[in-house]
Amino acid sequence: MTPKPPAKNPQQLLEQMLLIRAYEEAIVNGSAAGRMPGTCTSVGQEAAAVGVVNALAPEDLILTNHRSAGHLLARGADPGRLLAEVMGRRDGYCKGKSGSLHISAKELGVVLTSTIVGAELSMAPGVALAQSMLGRPGIVVCFFGDGAACEGSFHESLNLAALWNLPILYVCENNHWQAFVHRREAMSREHVADWAASYGIPARTVDGNDVFAVLEAAQAAAAQVRESQRPYLLETLTYRTRGHLEPDDQGYVDKAELAAWLARDPIATGRDRLIADGQLSPAQAATMADKVASHIAVAQAFAEASPFPAADELTRDVYA
Amino acid sequence: MPTLTIYDAVGAALTEEMRRDHSVIAFGEGIATKRHELVDEFGALRIRNTPLAEGIIAGTAVGAAAMGLRPVVDLLFAPFLCYAMDELVNSAGKLRYLSGGQFTFPLVTLAMTGAGWGVGAQHNHNVEAWFVHSPGLKVVMPSTPADTKALLKTAIRDDNPVLFFLDIGLLYQPGEVPAGEHLLALGQAAIVREGRDVTLVSYGKTVHHCQQAAEQLAGQGIAAEVIDLRSLKPLDEATILGSVKKTGRLVVVHEANRLCGVGAEIAALVAEQAFADLKAPIVRLGGPDAPAAASYPLEQASVPSAEAIADAARRLCST
Ligand SMILES: Cc1ncc(C[n+]2csc(CCOP(=O)(O)OP(=O)(O)O)c2C)c(N)n1
Repeated sequence: MTPKPPAKNPQQLLEQMLLIRAYEEAIVNGSAAGRMPGTCTSVGQEAAAVGVVNALAPEDLILTNHRSAGHLLARGADPGRLLAEVMGRRDGYCKGKSGSLHISAKELGVVLTSTIVGAELSMAPGVALAQSMLGRPGIVVCFFGDGAACEGSFHESLNLAALWNLPILYVCENNHWQAFVHRREAMSREHVADWAASYGIPARTVDGNDVFAVLEAAQAAAAQVRESQRPYLLETLTYRTRGHLEPDDQGYVDKAELAAWLARDPIATGRDRLIADGQLSPAQAATMADKVASHIAVAQAFAEASPFPAADELTRDVYA
Repeated sequence: MPTLTIYDAVGAALTEEMRRDHSVIAFGEGIATKRHELVDEFGALRIRNTPLAEGIIAGTAVGAAAMGLRPVVDLLFAPFLCYAMDELVNSAGKLRYLSGGQFTFPLVTLAMTGAGWGVGAQHNHNVEAWFVHSPGLKVVMPSTPADTKALLKTAIRDDNPVLFFLDIGLLYQPGEVPAGEHLLALGQAAIVREGRDVTLVSYGKTVHHCQQAAEQLAGQGIAAEVIDLRSLKPLDEATILGSVKKTGRLVVVHEANRLCGVGAEIAALVAEQAFADLKAPIVRLGGPDAPAAASYPLEQASVPSAEAIADAARRLCST
């Protein structure tokens, strides 16, 4: 399996967002029913993932974190193997040893998923160093949250990437939450992009709920990284509309703030815009939703049929 | 045979491996300054100075290793590994397993450790057992220039993350190093002196203290066998057990504090697997559970001496 090539039309962007939503809803429902472990979903942030990943070339590499389903699915990951991984099954991308939190898929160029907040930032310079020293063409995209941006590794990473001219596209998904802490309680600035300037790194903040705006900004950013072989920071402003880790009653969330963001749901607004522009009919939208639902049903059946790993896997893959 | 110090042996191993394999690179806080001959030969891209930021140095090594380079990073003094702990323990040691074996992490971390320079506890702390206790890592601590060169070359070729500790007190003591290519497998201890009455197991500078103790004991009719572990993980259990089965007595010696140190593991190993062969209780000698003092006599007092080792061995042999 190879990375998915970028979407050819806006309808495909919408379909990818729908697939991510349906995949994560399957996990939410499965975990509520006790059939699956809880996960960190990216519900509400689909546009940020789909917009950025579709700006990449197949040879580009991705580092991500605990909220990775959107990045993986947009990159072309098989939802059946992803669900199998979440459920700890043998056919998961990591043989069931990662669970939902650290799924990587080398064949898709999704490398080094870390759930230590900020560790993806610490590893990104090395991945980019290998790309440039081994003469490989791909740039490196590192997804992280606003919480990770408050870790020292963010600042160390940007400093080194700027010093060493590393081709890294840093993508901060600023979803307003750092587990159970609102970003305004934890950040000295309103925007993570502000911090890039102190390292001489160009940066831009974009509406992370508008998939078309994200795509355009990410295409420009990726082109600049490719051309300059220097880092760039793109901040996608979005909102985590479900809890931190399922199940989460979100009792701590400001209701008005949540409602305002729910009204700007990236999937609904993306679909309405395509319909308004005459690029999609309501009937086509319904067909698309059905197709995605059956894709997820097949994936779920595959994951549930996959056996658990044998006990002797316990000590395999510790050492090379 | 040429004579080199451990410091030079590191340089020689780096030079040979960088010549042999273009994917070997090295970076750290001043490595390009202190080993400028490497920059002259291999260029400023393969030998780099870094910011004083151990976390990003180690993390960069992890990312580079995963994607096909073989980085060697110099993190200077062992206590600074605390800043790199996450990257070494949670990333380098775990991501191969968590990814179901998709990635390998061939990286070497150099760090100086131990008493000898009177630099105090924030520069002198024997932390090797922390890494032995962490899955996915290997840990090496040689006691001679020859072993340093041979083991570092092997560590660079190993596909796993290796913590490579250099004993500060031994760093500039010269020793003979075989000319030409010489490699040593990780996990192979050396019997540096044969004996039948008591086994002295150690690593790093206390290997030399054990040898001095064995010399003293020989004058008193006690034949001590001295084992230099060289690598702590993997641990050469067979050599330890074989020796204790022969001698029936064991003194484990290291400079790191005794509590939960590597010696505890060796004592447990022998108690579990060679209890019936023991003629006397196992003795562990180690440093106190205290930060290292800067004052030279205090620093020296924290390291098991040849006299203390010989005393312990004599007591065992008289029971
Ligand atoms: C080093 C570390 N500290 C704390 C945690 C617990 N934790 C997991 S996710 C998370 C929030 C991360 O926030 P952010 O980086 O903004 O990403 P988001 O979850 O919002 O996508 C926290 C605190 C962790 N996994 N790692």
